[in-house]
Amino acid sequence: MTRKDLGLLLLILVVGVVVAIINPRFLLPINLANTSNLIGLFGILSLGQAFVIITGGIELSVGSLVALLGVLFIDFVAVQNMNWMVALPVILLLGAVIGAIHGWLITRLNLQPFVVTLCGLLIYRGAARFYTADGTAGFAFGQNFPDLEFLTAGRTYGIPNTFIALVIIGAVMWVVMHRSVFGRYLYAIGKNEEAARYSGIRTSRMIMSAYIICGLLTALSAVYFAMYTRSISPASHGQFYELYAIAAAVLGGFSLRGGEGSIVGVLLGTVLLQELQNLVNLLGIPSSLNFAVMGGVILLGVLIDQQWHAIRAQRRLVSAARQVETRAPAEGKVKVAAEGE
Amino acid sequence: MNHSSDIPAPAAPFLSLSGVGKTYPGVVALDGLSLDIRPGEVIGLVGENGAGKSTLMKILGGVVSPDRGTITLDGVEHTSLTVESSIASGIAFVHQELNLFENLDVAANIYLGREPLKAGPLKLVDRDRLREMVKPLLKRVGAHFSADTPVAALSLAEQQMVEIAKALSINARLVIFDEPTSSLPLAETERLLSIVASLKADGISVIFISHRLHEVERVADRVVVLRDGALVGTLAKKDIGHDAMVKLMIGRVLAARTAKPQRKAGAVALRVSGVRTAAYPGRPVDLDIRYGEILGLAGLVGSGRTELARVLFGIDRSYGGRVLQDGREVAIGSARAAVARGIFLVPEDRKRNGILLDLPIAQNITLADLSSLASRFMVSAERETLAAEKQRGRLGIKAPSVSTRTGTLSGGNQQKVVLAKWLSMNPKVMIFDEPTRGIDIGAKNEIYGLMRTLADAGVAILMISSDMEEVIGVSDRIAVMHEGQIAGILEDDAFDQESVLLLAVGRHVR
Repeated sequence: MTRKDLGLLLLILVVGVVVAIINPRFLLPINLANTSNLIGLFGILSLGQAFVIITGGIELSVGSLVALLGVLFIDFVAVQNMNWMVALPVILLLGAVIGAIHGWLITRLNLQPFVVTLCGLLIYRGAARFYTADGTAGFAFGQNFPDLEFLTAGRTYGIPNTFIALVIIGAVMWVVMHRSVFGRYLYAIGKNEEAARYSGIRTSRMIMSAYIICGLLTALSAVYFAMYTRSISPASHGQFYELYAIAAAVLGGFSLRGGEGSIVGVLLGTVLLQELQNLVNLLGIPSSLNFAVMGGVILLGVLIDQQWHAIRAQRRLVSAARQVETRAPAEGKVKVAAEGE
Repeated sequence: MNHSSDIPAPAAPFLSLSGVGKTYPGVVALDGLSLDIRPGEVIGLVGENGAGKSTLMKILGGVVSPDRGTITLDGVEHTSLTVESSIASGIAFVHQELNLFENLDVAANIYLGREPLKAGPLKLVDRDRLREMVKPLLKRVGAHFSADTPVAALSLAEQQMVEIAKALSINARLVIFDEPTSSLPLAETERLLSIVASLKADGISVIFISHRLHEVERVADRVVVLRDGALVGTLAKKDIGHDAMVKLMIGRVLAARTAKPQRKAGAVALRVSGVRTAAYPGRPVDLDIRYGEILGLAGLVGSGRTELARVLFGIDRSYGGRVLQDGREVAIGSARAAVARGIFLVPEDRKRNGILLDLPIAQNITLADLSSLASRFMVSAERETLAAEKQRGRLGIKAPSVSTRTGTLSGGNQQKVVLAKWLSMNPKVMIFDEPTRGIDIGAKNEIYGLMRTLADAGVAILMISSDMEEVIGVSDRIAVMHEGQIAGILEDDAFDQESVLLLAVGRHVR
């Protein structure tokens, strides 16, 4: 855990304590279970987004994709009577294919990630609404899928299975991001794509893989969201979810320029966002202010982080200057000359 | 005017420098230079890279303050100029790299930041007046495009006309051209030279800086030669000649080569046959690089050397021709393919292409060879640190530890990190593009030593360099490039600065 992550954790705890003192219902098992369920749902989405942001890209179509894939999943299972064990891989595959298409457009045809995924946002939303003829997709009365429901909306020892899924996926993704060769390449690409290419890294393939991972995780969370709401009105389902995911990453220390951020960070960012949502509910703040509170906290967080960085950079410069002065004059001179160019 | 002096002075100098000097820590960039510039005079300014031309320009532009000497402008003495006073007194620049905004039109570029405004509180741009102001300027430089043409639609030469028009728009009395023709095709070069002549006819002074000596020969009334920051000679109109300039530019005798090769060059490692690059698609390049030799690739900036390196390393595609490695034709479609074949590039722009400044040293060193340090796709931190430490010791990278951020290192040590990245991977052919740019003398010598060690171990080395001393001191053979083609190859016994320079400027040797 970096110092930044620790700071975020501290913030989460402080906010939690304050909310618990003002309204003890915060600590009720039912409230904690509900909140951690939402953390699980949004966390999986944010993890996918993190892989794209680390390369310096962005994925805006996430919310629409949650709606489209959710509608498809419910239709497959509830209307087409497809076995969910078949429907789930199909949905995951669809998510991966869409991610691959985005990655292909971005790396091979040199389109900007923002543009590609913005078009995706519009297209998938339209497709979802068209698919149900703007109706609501849902399960018929009495339709039950015990295994599926247990996995997606059930609990184990009182802990929502979505949260458990997030912990498992998070652990796997942590290894991928922070310990694997692939993860290292993603950081390198995010920091300096050209230097990475000059080192013989297949940058296009790596970036494409990041979008595929994002598509996969989005598809998985689309299934979870579908089973959570159990009925989907495609015009509004999943709206703004991409922004939740981006916000979680930014709160977690990701730079939208790429190359910076950690899995722990994005998970903590998700936790903080859901905690804030919960806070709005519990403290009797008008729910219309929901987004405003979120926006305000993110802005504040990023601002503090930025200032912190600026101060540290300043301090580093000052100490470096001092070092040059005290070092042997010849070496000091040469260094200044090299930097003066 | 009543001149009592017996030297015929055509006019009083409008700008004169006296004993102007500038010292950077460790380097004397300009060593007490004195120069008079008279109205309507074209001064050719020549010198090798690093002779002090750019420092002089920066002083005239007010970007750099000299630390001694005086600058007299219209009879008023200054110790230094500011950017504002330089512009106000009519000193204008036409740079080698054009500084135009391609997304704006011609008129907007010329008067950027000085737009005529309409009356009223809204400060709207008076577009009609702007166009009227630009028209005569364009006419004066002989431009055939209109004021509202987007700059992106213009050719390089036309863009240069815009730059010149911009210079004239500040009522320039001195226009300084910095390598104005280095990116121009021949016909457009003619056009530029005639503009210089017309400026002169209008009584505007010109300083014409160029490596293309025959152009200097044609336009200059007087040639000033700089070397190592000092003015080493002034040639009057009648004495201006190619050879005279080259002699003055070189001057010193170069130090003996850094280290003798321990072995004779072996078989051809890489044969470049008829390869054409995007910069000069009509000019095929033929070149052999042998195992165990350092082949220097000299030439002027823009002669197509870096482009060749990029093709050989798989960054750019080649436009025809073949590359043979060990006698077999190979397709190098990506940097990855080149790396897999043991062909490595130490790029010219270190910070952009060579290293990741924000990453620790160890991660930079292992970046290209990460898979071999990993087991089952996982990076082993232990093995990574070990491998990086080994390279750090081998190359003498001065840093507290391999987890130090690479960006905090000096240029020389950063370059060693780039080298370390490749050296662990069994290089066959190594291409160094300006390997010692921005690096201090001590680190330079270390890098030369490393290159020689590599060559002695059998690696084929291609060294692109614009530093004459480096090319002559380090290479075993020298290929000289001129406008996209190999103008000549000099063998060990035929090296001298004059031959290299003559080939580089397009003359044949002997």
